[in-house]
Amino acid sequence: MSQRSGIEEVARRARQVLPAGGVIDDPARLRTYECDGLAHYRVVPALVVIPEDADQLAAVVRACAEHRVPFVARGSGTGLSGGALPHAEGVLVVTSRMRAIRAVRRDDQRAVVEPGVINLDVTRAATPYGYYYAPDPSSQQICSIGGNVAENSGGAHCLKYGFTTHHVMAADFVTADGDRVRLGGAAPDSPGYDLLGAVVGSEGTLGIVTEVTVRLVRLPEEVRTLLVGFGSTDQAGAAVSAIIAAGVVPAAIEMMDELAIAAAEEAVHCGYPEGAGAVLVIELDGPAVEVEAEYVGVERLCRDNGAFEQRVATDPAERALIWKGRKSAFAAVGRISPDYIVQDGVIPRTSLPQVLAAIAELSATSGVRVANVFHAGDGNLHPLVLFDEARPGEAEAAEEVSGAILDLCISHGGSITGEHGVGVDKARFMPRMYDEADLDTMQLVRCAFDPQSIANPGKVFPTPRLCGEVPGKRKGVHPLQDEGRAEIF
Amino acid sequence: MPATTAEVVDVLREAAAAGHVVVPSGRGTKLTWGRPVEPDVLLDLSPMDRVIDHQPGDLIVHVEAGATLAAVQEAVGRAGQRLALDETVPGGTIGGILATNASGPIRMQAGTARDLLIGVTVVRADGVVAKAGGRVVKNVAGYDLGKLMVGSFGTLAVVTEAVFRLHPLPEVQRWVTVEPDHLARAAHAVIHSQAVPWAVEVDGSTLSVLLGGRAAGVAARVAVVQALIGGTVSDVAPAWWGRYPWQPGEIGLKITCALSGLSAVLAAAGPRVRGSAGVGVLYAVADRADDVARLREVAARHDGTVVVVDAPADVKASVDVWGPVPALDLMRRVKREFDPDRRLSPGRFVGGI
Repeated sequence: MSQRSGIEEVARRARQVLPAGGVIDDPARLRTYECDGLAHYRVVPALVVIPEDADQLAAVVRACAEHRVPFVARGSGTGLSGGALPHAEGVLVVTSRMRAIRAVRRDDQRAVVEPGVINLDVTRAATPYGYYYAPDPSSQQICSIGGNVAENSGGAHCLKYGFTTHHVMAADFVTADGDRVRLGGAAPDSPGYDLLGAVVGSEGTLGIVTEVTVRLVRLPEEVRTLLVGFGSTDQAGAAVSAIIAAGVVPAAIEMMDELAIAAAEEAVHCGYPEGAGAVLVIELDGPAVEVEAEYVGVERLCRDNGAFEQRVATDPAERALIWKGRKSAFAAVGRISPDYIVQDGVIPRTSLPQVLAAIAELSATSGVRVANVFHAGDGNLHPLVLFDEARPGEAEAAEEVSGAILDLCISHGGSITGEHGVGVDKARFMPRMYDEADLDTMQLVRCAFDPQSIANPGKVFPTPRLCGEVPGKRKGVHPLQDEGRAEIF
Repeated sequence: MPATTAEVVDVLREAAAAGHVVVPSGRGTKLTWGRPVEPDVLLDLSPMDRVIDHQPGDLIVHVEAGATLAAVQEAVGRAGQRLALDETVPGGTIGGILATNASGPIRMQAGTARDLLIGVTVVRADGVVAKAGGRVVKNVAGYDLGKLMVGSFGTLAVVTEAVFRLHPLPEVQRWVTVEPDHLARAAHAVIHSQAVPWAVEVDGSTLSVLLGGRAAGVAARVAVVQALIGGTVSDVAPAWWGRYPWQPGEIGLKITCALSGLSAVLAAAGPRVRGSAGVGVLYAVADRADDVARLREVAARHDGTVVVVDAPADVKASVDVWGPVPALDLMRRVKREFDPDRRLSPGRFVGGI
């Protein structure tokens, strides 16, 4: 059966179960789905479906499985690694019509939501009960919980509160066969393998969640945000190390270097300390007395490490002002450069000075400007590599510097992605971080969940593993075959 | 008794060639947990007990699976840090804790082994060595194989090395202990308060709340808890803290529930109940095997489960140790990919895995 007839079969089935408007095959409308947040990868999907519930979604996936048609799940399409990049011969399954918050169970500290629900809306629904949803990727006003589950999203506050994987307790899940199963439970420690732990962060390559039960966290009694100016990133880095060494776990510690600060000033006039070579945004939260005690310590440690200006915000308006510069940083870079790459790498926190020096050297020798914005507390770097597409060779040079930064992360024992995911963008870097056996072993999980390899194929892994080997089958040539005494048909 | 990952590879290759059943083990403190399995080869990892690397500035430690939790705590404690896991069974190893996902009171503050593990090295049943994760806390590159290994009871692969994130040792710890009129109500008052409890534990009719951190903060939080539930303050833990309530030869259960089900589950579990009320994970001693089914009904009404953790062989033979497990088919498929010939701890886990 040809691929084309397969997609036609899936479209026919989708029209039977989805309402009109839920199935899109008009070329012009298909084009609006051609990319996610990483816009330089573009593929027009063969079909877009927008199911309203799990039954409809499962029916479409089942049809895909029957006809071996690839499918890609998409939430709000804000991902930065091309994880929701469509497949040209496949179906894009969009969850934006599955936006019900089913329950906020304050006594259980749980919320039950559909995958298309916007991250911040979970917090909005929980706030009246004194609770919130902790993972806060910077796109939280538009990104979806389903996308967060796929990417194991972090955010500025994951230093203290952890990532999506620490906050997802259970999920209704549609397998790559189109079967519906329950993973995890509202109570902790469901017996059996932690399949949910494998699914979170699997970037849509194992199946699609259709309902998610998340943990809610008590809103802190007190939040205090500091904006601290330093002469250099070295001083700011030393302050971060001193804070961590003192046993303080702030809710967030963010760093911006001179170029990133300049961009933010240009864009949003955030009024950061003048002449700063680096700023730290440090947020402390918790019981009021505890926050006060930590604040005194942090303030002193910053001063000891060369801070020349410290401002503190105690109310939401002041806090928003401090965060404005940091949160606008990615977009702000657009003011000082026509094009830029947002990189996402991780290093052990103590390697920060060496890695920043090496990035500066890379920048100097290549002539490519790099602005640094990062989650300093957990060593998650977001270097912004600047270039001008219109000038010949600049894009390539920027791409090269961006890749070299990832190599730096790997050589310091870090990771090629801390929160944006591998997607289509970094699959080729996976073999630099993991050897063949590592990648082969990860793909055993893929083979268990999706032996036909139809769930978001081509993402995460540079080379797909062939599944469906007969259990117990030997690798390589059988000894009898080798001796010419047997043949395998 | 292998001393290196390479020797584990040798053992598993030989076992594969001979068709032998292998059961990985540390100090054997939890070897009777799960369904019984008769090994041809008991893979004793206790010689692999090194703390390979501790980076205090990065708050991480890299250890071999046979290292005891106590030895790891001693090593990282010198830098004022700890691996935030409780030693629920004395003498247990890192590998054993990972295999069982054993957890104690501190899970309310720091999570379980699942949440602290950031990198893992395993040897597969076919002798292939693989690693996942790494040495940094934040890392979303590739599948999180560590999560699959934690709580898998040695049925997927043999964990030989692990990297964990660490926490600073608290400046002070205080326990507020009380016998409230209504246990679940008192627990809820603390759970939903602004005291940031590090643990809310029950033992029979006793409730004990742990608060840790900086001296000034802890003093204020103790006052908040006392205003809610009264009780006496101590700087040492109650004697029963972080220990299972059962003795060898008894029927030991793990009962979970959504927090709103605490009252019902505590009532049903009987007098010998203990555990982390603050997160809905309790342990109890059952008098008779028949109690299991009854408790399962109660727990299920509150989204929870009951597992027979440890029990005499005749009891294990007569009850469903693991209880009903959703997504069993997917779990079997994972097992089939990792260990198609069922050589690793066969039958020990859910659904006969």
